[in-house]
Amino acid sequence: MSKLSMSKAIREGLYEEMLRDENVIVVGEDMGTMGNPFGITLGFLDEFGPNRVIETPISESSFTGMSVGAAMRGIRPVVELMYVDFIGVAMDPIMNQAAKMRYMTGGQVNVPMVLRAPIGAGRRNAGQHSQCLEPLFTHIPGLKVVAPSTPADAKGLIKAAVRDDDPVIFLEHKLLYAIKDEMPEGEYVIPLGKANVVREGKDVTIITWSRQVLFAKEAAEELAKEGIDVEVIDLRTLVPLDWEAIKASVSKTHNVVVVQEGYKRSGFAGEISSQIMEELFDELDSPVYRVAGLNVVPPFSPPLEDAFFPNPQDIIAGVKKVLEV
Amino acid sequence: MSKKKYSKELFLSMYEDMVRIRKFEIKLTECFMKGMLAGNIHTCVGQEATIVGTCYALEKRDFITATHRGHGHCIAKGAKTDKMMAELFGKVTGYCRGKGGSMHVADLDLGILGANGIVGAGIPIATGSGLTSKIKGTDEVTLSFFGDAASNQGTFHESINMASAWKLPVVYLCENNQYGVSVNIKSVTNTESIAVRAKAYNIPGVTCDGNDVLAVFETVQEAVAHARDKKGPSIVECVTYRMRGHYEGDPASYRSKEVTEEWAKKDPIKAFGEKLLEMDVTQEELDAIDAAMDAEIEAAMQFALDSPYPDVSEVTLDVYASDNERSVAR
Repeated sequence: MSKLSMSKAIREGLYEEMLRDENVIVVGEDMGTMGNPFGITLGFLDEFGPNRVIETPISESSFTGMSVGAAMRGIRPVVELMYVDFIGVAMDPIMNQAAKMRYMTGGQVNVPMVLRAPIGAGRRNAGQHSQCLEPLFTHIPGLKVVAPSTPADAKGLIKAAVRDDDPVIFLEHKLLYAIKDEMPEGEYVIPLGKANVVREGKDVTIITWSRQVLFAKEAAEELAKEGIDVEVIDLRTLVPLDWEAIKASVSKTHNVVVVQEGYKRSGFAGEISSQIMEELFDELDSPVYRVAGLNVVPPFSPPLEDAFFPNPQDIIAGVKKVLEV
Repeated sequence: MSKKKYSKELFLSMYEDMVRIRKFEIKLTECFMKGMLAGNIHTCVGQEATIVGTCYALEKRDFITATHRGHGHCIAKGAKTDKMMAELFGKVTGYCRGKGGSMHVADLDLGILGANGIVGAGIPIATGSGLTSKIKGTDEVTLSFFGDAASNQGTFHESINMASAWKLPVVYLCENNQYGVSVNIKSVTNTESIAVRAKAYNIPGVTCDGNDVLAVFETVQEAVAHARDKKGPSIVECVTYRMRGHYEGDPASYRSKEVTEEWAKKDPIKAFGEKLLEMDVTQEELDAIDAAMDAEIEAAMQFALDSPYPDVSEVTLDVYASDNERSVAR
């Protein structure tokens, strides 16, 4: 088995899809010679040429909207926002165009595009370059939302996202890009909407995604030393949600902590919590608890930023609160 | 007009489409007054010359994006009035199974990439269609209809800048009807025209009389040929006037009656009819078109009224192309 970083894994997945289907193009800032700030499209311009590697001006609203138009004509654009925070200037083509086009046209047209966007805090990028923002997308009918935690998953999921006929928001945590992990041999695709139980346990279920999966696993190992057996579910995909995986785990452990890096208020953890309360209340031995980012602007100053989003100790405290130990 | 020769059949067909659009819109205003139509109705009464002259400069394989005031665009690009009317009545026989309504009519087979309820949002979509033609190496032209007000959206600047940089086969067609809801373009824009902005993008920009269907036809033909020859995009501005309110029920009291009356004298259908009579067209021929369109629109309305609503089970259908049920459920 070979090891790859997540950025290289995403690059490999995209590269394979561009070789497989000539309708796949990449669109975004600095996609050409530079190969994007994280090296995702390094070498693509030489390999696929300027017709398929669209290096745009800094015009997020219109290059995203342009990609919607191309997708309606059968192109499969993989659009990159340099940071998810920039969605503020590109929300209309995602929220009102890509997401709604199939439904509003009575099923006539699909918008098979992927919007890739780096997310997350911890790099001292301050207020406008450190958010997660999943709920901006999960709230909108018509969008699928993916947030992988490992290089192997990222590659399999980006391939599934490219092949999907719906607009898929693909959220990549910046602090996962450089982490290397083992990659499966040969070609593979990981279907959207399939969670992964990354650690089995019987006492409590932690449901999370993206970088917090790593923190949850770390917390679980610490808790194991105290005799607490934690199950960790990596959702991988937020929409569609793998409810069967959640249900099976909650029915086994009867205690749930939902962990997310982003702001606690109106976050996706709240959504999962509500669904469990509504449908699995009788399975619960304790109220579902959320561990999440503070409802503040991501701060620059390192000690402040470290206090802003959850770390393994916060997750441990959350589990202990739920189990009353 | 240039010395190019056009057939009488072409002119009569253009006239017929102008009358078809006018009667379609007037029928809607009547239905709205009677409380038969739900939602907002934005009519294009007075703008028929711009719409028809433009679409006649396009081939069937070409694409358009339309606006919230888009009934005419769709009809002129080939949409049938019965399926249009059914869509506006929310019926399952409509172009979008009743799910889009007045502001979202689309038919990909006719090259209609959709009307749009967001001002300026069609401009990047048309640009992406142009990019597609360039990538595929095909020769369709995409034309984006937008109003004077949309020219002040960021998408106008961003999209035309990219289309110019990459020589995309797109025509940016500004229907300058002079009002964004209640605001006159002159009070929010300090240029002599919209087309003058083309200079900033190093592309052709031309303004023409949007109430003269033949002037529009010839002007847009040039822009389309420019795009089809892979010379890049251009801006065509057609100066016209929205004869009714922003939507039905808007008395348009923000405009001076005198100005509106002046524009009424320049009614594009009346003007074109008079021009045709100076050629070898008879009043009888025009009257016959008028009667035929009355009958067609009446039948279209009847088709809409007789058609069923979509089954309520369709409410969750077609949000997603794959995994729809699960993705809608939670």
